[in-house]
Amino acid sequence: MKKDHKEKIGVFICYCGGNISDYVEVEKVAKVVENEPGVQLVKTTMFTCSDSAQVEIIEKIIENDLDGMVVASCSPKLHLLTFRDVAKRAGLNQYNYVHANIREQCSWAHSDRTDDATDKAVRIIRAAISKVRMSQSLQPIEIEAKNVAAVIGAGISGMRSAIELADQGSQVYLIEKDHFVGGRTAQWGHLFPTNEEGKNLVERLYKQIKERDDITLFTGAEVESLNGNIGNFELGVKITPRYVFGKCDDDFLDQVLKACPLEVEDEFNFGLTKRKAIYKNYREAYPESPVIDMELCNKCGACQKICDGKIDLDQEVEHITFNAGAILLNTGFDPYEPEEGEFGYKTVDNVITLQQFRRLLDMSNGTLEYKGKKIRDIAYIYCVGSRQPDGDNKHCSRYCCTSAIQSALNVKNKYPEVRNFHITRGIRTYGKQETCFTDSSRQGDIYLQFFEGAFPEVEKRGEQTKITVQDALTQNENIEVSADLVVLVTGMVQRKDQSVAEILKVPIGSDKFYNEVHTKLRPVETVIDGVFIAGACQSPKNVRGTMASTLAASAKANSLINSGKIELEPIIATVDTDLCEWCGKCDELCSYNAFEKVEADGKTVAKVNKALCKGCGACTPVCPSDAISIVGYSNEEIEGMIDAFVKDVRLIEDHQAKEAESAEGVTNNADKLANALPEMSKRILQSLESGSKAIPEIAAELKHPSEDVMYYLMSLRKYGFVKDTEEINEDEYYLYELKK
Amino acid sequence: MSDYQPRILVFSSEKISDPAIDLAGLLKKHYSPRVYNITLPCTSAVKPNWILKALHKGMDGVFIASDGTDCAFRSDCSALTNNSISKAQQVMKEEGIDLARVKMAALCSVCADPFVGHMKSFSETLSGLGSIKNETGQKDG
Repeated sequence: MKKDHKEKIGVFICYCGGNISDYVEVEKVAKVVENEPGVQLVKTTMFTCSDSAQVEIIEKIIENDLDGMVVASCSPKLHLLTFRDVAKRAGLNQYNYVHANIREQCSWAHSDRTDDATDKAVRIIRAAISKVRMSQSLQPIEIEAKNVAAVIGAGISGMRSAIELADQGSQVYLIEKDHFVGGRTAQWGHLFPTNEEGKNLVERLYKQIKERDDITLFTGAEVESLNGNIGNFELGVKITPRYVFGKCDDDFLDQVLKACPLEVEDEFNFGLTKRKAIYKNYREAYPESPVIDMELCNKCGACQKICDGKIDLDQEVEHITFNAGAILLNTGFDPYEPEEGEFGYKTVDNVITLQQFRRLLDMSNGTLEYKGKKIRDIAYIYCVGSRQPDGDNKHCSRYCCTSAIQSALNVKNKYPEVRNFHITRGIRTYGKQETCFTDSSRQGDIYLQFFEGAFPEVEKRGEQTKITVQDALTQNENIEVSADLVVLVTGMVQRKDQSVAEILKVPIGSDKFYNEVHTKLRPVETVIDGVFIAGACQSPKNVRGTMASTLAASAKANSLINSGKIELEPIIATVDTDLCEWCGKCDELCSYNAFEKVEADGKTVAKVNKALCKGCGACTPVCPSDAISIVGYSNEEIEGMIDAFVKDVRLIEDHQAKEAESAEGVTNNADKLANALPEMSKRILQSLESGSKAIPEIAAELKHPSEDVMYYLMSLRKYGFVKDTEEINEDEYYLYELKK
Repeated sequence: MSDYQPRILVFSSEKISDPAIDLAGLLKKHYSPRVYNITLPCTSAVKPNWILKALHKGMDGVFIASDGTDCAFRSDCSALTNNSISKAQQVMKEEGIDLARVKMAALCSVCADPFVGHMKSFSETLSGLGSIKNETGQKDG
């Protein structure tokens, strides 16, 4: 596609206070690039990002009626938005600005070879000029947004998200696949560090939700379809009925549980107990009424005979749809299930997982027993299913060391005669969690340590279970521990059921957890605009980490939808309909369903849905007629940049530079720097011409805040324009003067 | 190994591998100043023709800093990028250009050391091959 080239480009090159100019001869670079096609002016500045420099750039854009801008400074990751805003304030389209990174990818990377750094800076800026010459004036894609959020998963993360979003003014649909809320936290018993029970946390959050009109909770609900896009997603949800109506008191529950003849392993207790076809996860579970597992129920009617009015075995599955502007995924995790035989799991009869142990401890009353045998010695084997040298789970699950030690503290508190043996790969109770490790050591727990490659062995010898470990803490002594119960400290893995991620098209990382855009810079956003992730579905987290991420995701989602309008980046795929001969390859490849087949000017072509396209560009190489490009990354633009990189650089020789400098009255490096100083710095120098002054005096004279003056004054001091007098004034402020 | 300093064009991705290149600079880790970077939303957008154009225009090698499994857009991004490289290499073979002039490696957002390592080893490989102009018949300009 032929584009009009920009012919009035301004190039602003930053010294970055020496971070660039100490290694790149900025003035020489400026001299070379001013001759590039389309360049109208080149300006060097001490700190391009400073307020005064921004004002100056705006003035230059307006004065010269510039139609393009290149800023050559630090990484665009730091200041792309700063200079987009500068462009907007000057009336220049923000997409007619291109950033050249001459600090991280030039001056710093090549600080050992300054001549080469200068040469490279020229090439980088030339490439940016070439790109901005071909840039299009674009507008962000603006779409309407419903101030409604769908929160998927009603564990403590999802419930906290729902409350936070509602507090911020959003209407919330809270969708839980299970028939009871609370997720994993309800299973854990006492939690570190407050010792509060998980089910109490669940109860507090649930009661807050039930008091609100702006949160609608669906239990037994699964997302089965998704249409639309950010601002207006349409979710299809399948709701499996409870078959039981209204609140049921303990008597009713006891009677129906007794009456039901059918049993199955109880998933909530990880198979340690059985549950009936009519059940509650635990007596105080919410919502209050029990549920009937229709896959198990044979409709014998025993429960109906007790209270027919409250049970309807013919209730039908419902399918509903609703619309939401944003979606938060809080689907949590599964505990790692060891392989059969892994540290004796399922082959030695008294080996259980940490999660089973927590349930066992929570349910125990009076004596601690497993399979009818009283437990006195417990051995905990750490990092089972985490930090696997050969398996898929390379990650540390972050919560299991603390959880195991907390369990050891709880068991000792409840049953003082119990002895704990911790067989670890190094304890990772980071932060405040270290205190539970200290408490555990103080109560007499024994710690042994093994390394990768020397894993402990669990075997049955007669009636006894023995664990043999080469203990790194006693110079690799082989130590044998006899245990009544072996607890495998199992970590977190992603949920086995990832159907919701498939429906939402959320990217999944190599660790199988949901992938954020950037782990540090955009930790709760996914590449699917409007879909956020929080809690342990993203990566292993404890309750505290889960709450931090869920509040971040809630704030981010609300900020997106609360104004009723959303602006999306227009960097998306475009189709040249002259070249397109609809073959469908782009449509087949696109993960986001962004292409549709349309008729245009008598031919069938591909059309891009602007709200669905993520601008990844994966479709562009597969188009056989080369009809697709991403805005800003056309063939012409990429080839223009390559040309700019390979074109010879002829820096002005020293004598020529001197002539040029002489013509401008510039005679030395200090004068060059002075010329590049921001206006504010120049005014400070003028102020100091009348004698030494303290920062508050200069600030009062210039009518600027002291902190601004200090910022510029410190730069002037660093680069040798001013010095402190080593004296203080009557208010005890240091005095500064010009450095002669 | 010759003293020839090859020119390398890097295609990086905005969210993952480009931050690694930034980090290398931040840590003042040095590599050849004749390495030039074009950042794309995702390396799966690299067209075979861009690789060929770069070589025809005088780049001695093209390095694709792929996201590997960290890609925020799609998990098969490396496989798609590899498809483009294979297509480019088919043409390179026909044109008598050494296939080792194109290289791909996955870099995470903090892979500063691996990036510098790749640049050093790729520069050495390309130095050994000599100027691309010997293979494409370009004239020094």
